[in-house]
Amino acid sequence: MADEESQELSDKQKKEIAKWFLVNSPAGEIQYVAKDVRSILMDEDVYNMAVSEAFPLYNKAHLIFLEMPNRSGEVIVTSFGELSVNEYLDPRTAQVATVDHIKQACTVVRPATDEELPSVYIEDFRCALDAEVIKYVGETYPKGVCSVYCVNGKDVEGPGSNFELAVVISAARNSPQNFCNGTWRSIWNVGFKDDPQMIEVTGKIQVGAHYFEEGNVQLDAEHECMDSTIFQHPEDCAIAIANIIRHHETEYMASLEVSYSKLPDTTFKDLRRKLPVTRTLFPWHNTLQISLTRDITKELGIGK
Amino acid sequence: MEAAMGLMRRIPPKNSATALSALLSLLPDQSSNLLSQIDQPLEVLCDMDCGKQFLLCEYNRDADSYRSPWSNKYHPPLDDGLYPSPELRKLEIEANDVFAIYRDQYYEGGTSSVYAWEGDNGGFAACFLIKKDGSRTGHGRRGYLQEGSWDAIHVIEVGAEEEGRVHYCLTSTIMLSLTTNTEASGSGTFNLSGSIRRQMNMDLSVEENRLCSMGRMIEEMESKLRYSLDQVYFGKTKEMICTLRPPSEVVQMTMPDT
Repeated sequence: MADEESQELSDKQKKEIAKWFLVNSPAGEIQYVAKDVRSILMDEDVYNMAVSEAFPLYNKAHLIFLEMPNRSGEVIVTSFGELSVNEYLDPRTAQVATVDHIKQACTVVRPATDEELPSVYIEDFRCALDAEVIKYVGETYPKGVCSVYCVNGKDVEGPGSNFELAVVISAARNSPQNFCNGTWRSIWNVGFKDDPQMIEVTGKIQVGAHYFEEGNVQLDAEHECMDSTIFQHPEDCAIAIANIIRHHETEYMASLEVSYSKLPDTTFKDLRRKLPVTRTLFPWHNTLQISLTRDITKELGIGK
Repeated sequence: MEAAMGLMRRIPPKNSATALSALLSLLPDQSSNLLSQIDQPLEVLCDMDCGKQFLLCEYNRDADSYRSPWSNKYHPPLDDGLYPSPELRKLEIEANDVFAIYRDQYYEGGTSSVYAWEGDNGGFAACFLIKKDGSRTGHGRRGYLQEGSWDAIHVIEVGAEEEGRVHYCLTSTIMLSLTTNTEASGSGTFNLSGSIRRQMNMDLSVEENRLCSMGRMIEEMESKLRYSLDQVYFGKTKEMICTLRPPSEVVQMTMPDT
């Protein structure tokens, strides 16, 4: 009846709405969301605009990792390695991968140029840390990948200057046949300070899970923390930083388990109790009488 | 429509209100369909006559006004609003009173409203609504939740008497979101949000009071839904996390395995 007054949306508004759905897709589900968005929009131009803007944002936020065509491992799609809209550096193999954001695939790789790579001095620290993090991720995440980037001061040639590395860890599990998807993403910024000789570590962990068999339930957890260690030789720094990461992630995992274990009897109780305050099922037949003599119940206080 | 339902199954439940309004603007022709099939968190209004809060849904709406179950008046006032028959209104009053006690015993706070209306072929229908803010600034008794919302929508259709039996069909939706702080050094949040919908059918004797029958079904359904959210749905997300990053003891235990 009131439908006539709803004004037509402009293409730009439609695109923004489509983008919102795409960017808010749960881990591993943007392709399914895109399919639904496409059939709702019924406008290929708007759809193409929306996906071309939304996929790169989603891919980077979700730290998706893509197999490189020459069997040299996986490249992580992250702003730390972003050279252009669809070129991502894989520092470990010193390659640049061309990424098709919408297909979520890596099409070609080329060797990175010298300008795209850090100096030899930085590379010593980066490489040593990469080796330690690979060890840790291999032991900890059955399906995890990691990479270490230089995000500041990549041309520093020797001691006396600050520089910054970033460790990215991404683990994903998609099992749509079991109606379940999830990701673990962590980013550790490691600032090497020359004066005083300190290393400052800040971490951000994001964990998400979606279970959707006859329902829609999602976990969305985030955590930030800080730590520090002393500036030493590359190998010693690497071990110390990897230990910090291991320590905080293990502690965080334990805290997630605590949060879950507290749910049934504590946290959830503040929403709804398992049983009434009287600890017996609700006496429906009696309350009918109670309701007829409302004033009395009010005087006695509700319940008992 | 199918695609719209597909999206609602994937979009984070805490964003469901935004998602619904987005769908409504993209699919204006489907608005009544969307509104009837997608449940959204309940809104609250204050009854000016008695100062009590009541909940809004499609079943107490007429034009842009909502009828309060307490004063039976539309807010904002409406000249020719729809009202239940006197007999149904009697049941509605009783149901609201009893359900408020039920709500208080299970929820220790919150708001509830019951609305009844004439059904097809001689029966009637009613919806029982509960909204609870369980956060520590709301009605959370224990103060564990930084944010916590629970919305329950129970729509029950009651058939006409047939050979001494009455058919009840209950459709229930629960939407919830809870956020706690992480208990590790640093800072963070732990949020679980979800929505599930289930149906339950029963044939019960006419001898039994209708309100009792409806109440028992709703109580059973709510307990089942709470259990499956807690044990099954939350459990599955935890399982997923433990697959992504198996807890350290498990790694050590499974290492020697072949």
